[in-house]
Amino acid sequence: MVLYSLTFYLFSSVAVLSALMVISAKNPVHSVLFLILSFVNASGLFVLLGAEFLAMILVVVYVGAVAVLFLFVVMMLDINFVKLREGFLQYLPFGALLGIVLVIELGILFLTDRSSNIYNNQRPLQPIVNEVENTKMIGQILYTEYFYLFQICGIILLVAMIGSITLTLRDKGGVKRQNIDSQNTVDASTAIEKKKVKIGEGI
Amino acid sequence: MTYDILITGLIIIAQILAVVVPVLISVAFLVYAERKVLALIQLRRGPNIVGPFGIFQSFADALKLITKENIIPSGSNKIVFILAPIITMVLSLAGWAVIPFAPGWVVSDINVGIMYLFAVSSLGVYGIIMAGWASNSQYPFLGALRSAAQMVSYEVSIGFVIITVLLCVGSLNLSKIVLAQQTVWFAIPLLPMFIIFFISALAETNRLPFDLPEDESTLVAGFFTEYSSASFVLFFLGEYASMILMSSMTVILFLGGWLPPFDVYPLNVVPGVIWFTVKVIFILFLFIWVRGTFPRYRYDQLMRLGWKVFLPFSLFWVVATSGFLVYFDMLPN
Repeated sequence: MVLYSLTFYLFSSVAVLSALMVISAKNPVHSVLFLILSFVNASGLFVLLGAEFLAMILVVVYVGAVAVLFLFVVMMLDINFVKLREGFLQYLPFGALLGIVLVIELGILFLTDRSSNIYNNQRPLQPIVNEVENTKMIGQILYTEYFYLFQICGIILLVAMIGSITLTLRDKGGVKRQNIDSQNTVDASTAIEKKKVKIGEGI
Repeated sequence: MTYDILITGLIIIAQILAVVVPVLISVAFLVYAERKVLALIQLRRGPNIVGPFGIFQSFADALKLITKENIIPSGSNKIVFILAPIITMVLSLAGWAVIPFAPGWVVSDINVGIMYLFAVSSLGVYGIIMAGWASNSQYPFLGALRSAAQMVSYEVSIGFVIITVLLCVGSLNLSKIVLAQQTVWFAIPLLPMFIIFFISALAETNRLPFDLPEDESTLVAGFFTEYSSASFVLFFLGEYASMILMSSMTVILFLGGWLPPFDVYPLNVVPGVIWFTVKVIFILFLFIWVRGTFPRYRYDQLMRLGWKVFLPFSLFWVVATSGFLVYFDMLPN
């Protein structure tokens, strides 16, 4: 139990500190790297909760794919740091308000008597530890009870994907592309042309 | 109470050392084997001075590199520059925590073993991107960009290959994946996926013919152009350790892990760990063989292969396999 709480405080403190560093780091690339650290620690917390499937999905999807592309974009951008700092005080009240609302909501959740909560009877905060792996449990619920919602999520993502492709795909012309099929069909009779060149004239 | 924690800690450290030390030693011999096999392919002798047949060549090289001066470029981002090789090395060793070498021979037998391996191998790209960016130089940055795009693209098809195998197993636990192959290794019914997985593993570990991130003929040395001495050694070790890790993953998914080819008398008395090692060495030999045989892919051809050939094909096989399993009522529960 001591080890459990030690690891919990390790993961949560690193997660909170790196989240702070995300918004306070001067270099945007460092911000993204701290964001990744925060993701990894959040997935560590998931493991402690017994939700190992969610933890791994978090790492694969957010850290392994989304954050890579994010880092990619931030590295390529030429960001003016001075300009970035200017807006800090202007946005501070709004950001602080959002933060306070979140803290109050979490506080309410923490203080309410959970035994009277209607959700609590069926859905405790921690997953039930039994023989069924939580991968299987998620699958059983996702593809039965939430099947339509799941499909709708997929369609929304598809629409977003098609949208971004149509926005960015520009065929300016003059771009050399390789046509593998036409290359493979080339043989000596189509590729080579014999010409009789007169001396001193060229083709 | 504290005594218990100490004992547990010592056991964990002993287990970690029992896995990491053999991996590092096998990296040294893999480098030697690679140079020897390439030499044989190219009709040369290869390393033959240090020790009998030159087997201590890698140790001599490592010693030479570590004793050299570690140069950090003045324009670089120092912390990220130093962190990058460390991350590469740590990630290539972290995956070994879930690899079952023989029945019960596994540091951590978790439920989501294959997902963990997939996650760790997908994090490998960070070492490269960070190295490329922190070096503050053009060639490393180009190498990093290529690597980011390449690894993300090939992960997609690796994901589909893993899903196909999982459909036949019904569990994400690596030991269960091995045990599900007792009747037949998945390399036989899922042969096309085995080939796709092997090629994607080449791309994922940045090996020839897909070693565009380091591409010495156009990018000097790609993402580690600016690295020297010990930090270069870490990249080198990390690359080869992740190569062995991907080979082990191939063996576990498709070649039946520690299982003998046939469950008959002289074969099944051989310990599982020996079968496992023999199979991993076979896959590593394929890695080296491919390096000695094929020319490097051009970048656009690499992307075309990943997105337009492997992705639709593996997606089709996921659908076909699940259709087959459902129709013949062979789905594991």
